Amino acid sequence: MADNIYLPYLATIEKITQEAPGVKTFRLKFKDEEVARSFEFKAGQFGEYSAFGEGECTFCIASSPTRKGYIECTFREAGKVTSALARLEEGQTMGFRGPYGNTFPMDEWKGKSLLFIAGGIALPPMRCVIWNALDTRSSYKDINILYGAKSVADLVYKHELKEWEERTDVNLLTTVDPGGETPEWKGQVGFVPAVLEKMNPASENTIAVVCGPPVMIKFTFPVLDKLGFKPENIYTTLENRMKCGVGKCGRCNVGSKYVCKDGPVFSRAQLEALPAEY
Amino acid sequence: MEQKYIPSKYMPPKYIPKSSLKAWLAKVKDDGRHIYAPVTENGKTNFKRVKSVDEISMEHIQTAQSAKGAVFPRTEKLFSYAGGQQGDVALQDYNPNDIPDTVVFGLHPCDAAAFKSLSGIFSWGAKDRPFDERMKRVTLVGVSCGRSDVFCFCTSVGGHPGSAEGSDILLTAVGNDGYLVEIITDRGQALVEKGADLFEAAAAGVSKEEHLASVPVRFSVEEVQRKMAGSFEDDIWKKQSARCIGCGACAFVCPACACFDIQENAKGNGAGDRIRCWDSCGFSLFTLHTSGHNPRSVQSQRWRQRLLHKLCYMPDRLSVRGCTGCGRCSRACPVDMNLAEHLKEFERLKV
Repeated sequence: MADNIYLPYLATIEKITQEAPGVKTFRLKFKDEEVARSFEFKAGQFGEYSAFGEGECTFCIASSPTRKGYIECTFREAGKVTSALARLEEGQTMGFRGPYGNTFPMDEWKGKSLLFIAGGIALPPMRCVIWNALDTRSSYKDINILYGAKSVADLVYKHELKEWEERTDVNLLTTVDPGGETPEWKGQVGFVPAVLEKMNPASENTIAVVCGPPVMIKFTFPVLDKLGFKPENIYTTLENRMKCGVGKCGRCNVGSKYVCKDGPVFSRAQLEALPAEY
Repeated sequence: MEQKYIPSKYMPPKYIPKSSLKAWLAKVKDDGRHIYAPVTENGKTNFKRVKSVDEISMEHIQTAQSAKGAVFPRTEKLFSYAGGQQGDVALQDYNPNDIPDTVVFGLHPCDAAAFKSLSGIFSWGAKDRPFDERMKRVTLVGVSCGRSDVFCFCTSVGGHPGSAEGSDILLTAVGNDGYLVEIITDRGQALVEKGADLFEAAAAGVSKEEHLASVPVRFSVEEVQRKMAGSFEDDIWKKQSARCIGCGACAFVCPACACFDIQENAKGNGAGDRIRCWDSCGFSLFTLHTSGHNPRSVQSQRWRQRLLHKLCYMPDRLSVRGCTGCGRCSRACPVDMNLAEHLKEFERLKV
């Protein structure tokens, strides 16, 4: 049965968290006990999630591989399939194919400091890496997180942001776009690149991981340049439309590189070698 | 250029009289195999499943559609689901035993070679079982080309009107009375054995060369590929595709195009099939993100993807080309884009 790569695993939705308006996190447990026990993945990988009757959509695995027994995904209701997923309730069944794609080279990063820069709904792919690093905390030096969203309401994982804020072994800076603040807001106000410049993190022996909308990435890279980050020490994940997830359907390639197989994780040095087609 | 026989343990070639061909195919068919062969209806010739071998016509230069549907159907079930509405789902994998043993008869060398291109795509990394199960059950009986037209350019992309590449058996009409039979694979030999008494030893010294169509070489494909690889930002894509209407006809008739969509064929009450169906990189929706962003937002970018995929990315990543020079895209194009001419334009580029 498992040798048909298009046949998803069935998974029960154990828990649904409303993260922000239109944004939900699903905790999934595989129905097949053997699959639940043997399923493994690494930070950065993605999957194809099924709402049977509507189709599949592609998201990263947002939970950390250090947390066993389940996987989580966080998605915004945007199209046909994500809207169908959003209508599902706890205890109901959906499908998952994966894990697909390459991974963040977390072993290579051991002994280095990590700087995470995320915008909006792009925190989920990074949350996997952040928890992975925090769960193996002694392997890394300083961990800094800069997370920005359009408004206070749009910040996802609010309970976890609070947890990171309270921990002493991680430094979290949150920001919202000008006009997105509330009277109670104690974080920064400003766009991510500007706040990053003010934050002025050290680049020495540090890996920067950047995930966000294209416009945020476009303006963040020059700031990282100014801070002294070399292209090979900056990582991001690309998201392109996919159907198969395994290099056959023909959609996600950027030049000769396939986001589903060669990515989704790319260093900035690798990105610079790709044609501008993403 | 001379087309050598492909070395095979089933050398030397055999001969079958034209009058025996249908008797052989009838035996093959009586064995329960499905036979797909060229059938002419309303002036168009296409591969169809034949009920009687009398339906087969061999007068065409090129069928409108390729034979790829034998292993990559236009729509194909990947699995079924039930109970989706209640949120408690049961899945039923497709049954490979439902796939019949199939013979594709009468495909030209360009089409047979394209099965290698398809295999390259579907065998990259993860095994594609729906494709593999069909490939396991198909035998390709190629027929060399005795005629060609101005759209044919197989010889420019490594092929030949008498090439046995991809075929399990290759027939070449030698004169009006019969075919030279090259048996290339075990699968081909097994098919010949269905009517072994109908085949004769080929006459000594018989050559297929003089019976093959002459297809001139139009360009150096190595040179085209080299220049194309360095032309991502060149204006040539815009110039060539200015009149492209993005209809996708080229992809649908192409024997080597394998891009697909995965869709739900919902049947109500939470039940249905997950299917895949042919798609085209020429469509604007192909790469459109939910956000509205589109990495290939204009037609010239999609034309660039089509050519680079076939002539650079596939050779680079899969060691096969995605074009076998059948010329169907040029015959089908409603705005008369001609692939061989467009490829030749790259040869002249200064890169």
